[in-house]
Amino acid sequence: MQTSYSSAFVNILKRDLTIALRHRDDIINPLLFFIIVVSLFPLGIGPVSNTLMKIAPGVIWVAALLATLLSLERLFKNDHSDGSLEQLLLSPCPTFILVLAKIFAHWLITGLPLIIIAPLLGVLLNLHQDSYTALMLTLLLGTPVLSLLGAIGVALTVGLKKGGVLLSLLVLPLYIPVLIFATSAIDAASMNLPYNGQLAIIAAIFFGSLTLAPFAVGSALKVSTN
Amino acid sequence: MWKWLHPYANPEVSYHFTGKLIPWFSAISVILLVFGLGLALAFSPADYQQGESVRIFYLHVPAAMLSMGIYLGMAIAALTALVWQMKLAEASIAALAPIGATFTAIALLTGAAWGKPMWGTWWIWDARLTSELILLFLYLGVIALQNAFEDKSLAGKAASVLAIVGVVNLPIIHYSVEWWNTLHQGATVSKFEKPSMSTDMFIPFIVCFFGFSFLVARIFGERFRAEIIARNSMRPWVKTLVLEQEKTNGV
Repeated sequence: MQTSYSSAFVNILKRDLTIALRHRDDIINPLLFFIIVVSLFPLGIGPVSNTLMKIAPGVIWVAALLATLLSLERLFKNDHSDGSLEQLLLSPCPTFILVLAKIFAHWLITGLPLIIIAPLLGVLLNLHQDSYTALMLTLLLGTPVLSLLGAIGVALTVGLKKGGVLLSLLVLPLYIPVLIFATSAIDAASMNLPYNGQLAIIAAIFFGSLTLAPFAVGSALKVSTN
Repeated sequence: MWKWLHPYANPEVSYHFTGKLIPWFSAISVILLVFGLGLALAFSPADYQQGESVRIFYLHVPAAMLSMGIYLGMAIAALTALVWQMKLAEASIAALAPIGATFTAIALLTGAAWGKPMWGTWWIWDARLTSELILLFLYLGVIALQNAFEDKSLAGKAASVLAIVGVVNLPIIHYSVEWWNTLHQGATVSKFEKPSMSTDMFIPFIVCFFGFSFLVARIFGERFRAEIIARNSMRPWVKTLVLEQEKTNGV
């Protein structure tokens, strides 16, 4: 039976979202982690509002990286252990489409809630009032990159018993460019400087990883499922 | 060319061929390093600004250049392993990654030792230092991923994917890190124009560079052979090899 690419994409997306909505903990826990990590910084550094304002973009972004990292394993782990991942790879539809659908579902479940809750944490950290738009825009363009690049790491480690720590070692260095450009955009916004250059670069990284990462994920999955 | 190359895809042929090359690489690297380091440490002029401490340059820059060159070599091997399914290319990734990591660490440590008298600090979050540090992380990731798999051939394939992803990311990481304005001096050697240093410093440098390159080739040969043996331990030719060795050792 031949199904069209778009219907395959939509079917996988629906399936992953349904599974995620039935395990609400998986959505909520990374979010709680995000909030707790961010609120640890004022406790560790001290409540001086000028310092907090300075570190706010970096703290929010680093916490977002870590929260994404925490939620990444869910992307392929269960599918791998119950065998549905192999069935997906055997299907006639190109792996690129299937992987893209799974990554998109992952972003909807983890990236989007992060973006929604980020301004609240900005208030907690006394983020500069001109920076909120920049924060939202960088998160909107940057979190999909985190899901895309992270998927490569999960695909490589999904067959391993102790993949968790290894995953962070593989993925975090790849996140560095997004982190740099995102925080520098937010900083620029707080000084009322134009930050569309940084945004353009994050967008370029986004489109680059959107087109290339699914290929890497596909071949990594083929290695992992052997 | 394929006709000429294909015998070397055989592990046994490759094993013996590398074995023959190793003594040559050792000899060349010893000669070049003795000559080059001798020139560099004793006879090359001290820098008018940096004084005698400039001599660490002859270790630091070759190590830094090789650390990047080895990563590139590893990525080419990775592409070969994935596209043409060459088992030996997988073995060479496993052989190269720890060498590259070591040279990256040497570049970082000598850089710190050079930075202390020159900039007055061991470490600074400057663009080149940071990207070298990230390069070290990428190497460690490849090594860790390789060790995590029990099956050597799966490990090789996974490491290949990661090495290729890394090599695509490396320029992006490098230029993103370059955004912080930089303390490190600009490139002196790897520009395509005439190198911006005097000839009596350039000659010892280039001799040292090739000396270290042959050293890398020599260590790589040794590790490559060990990887081939580990991956083919069930093959009859390895068994006869071991038996012969035991005979000569009188076990």
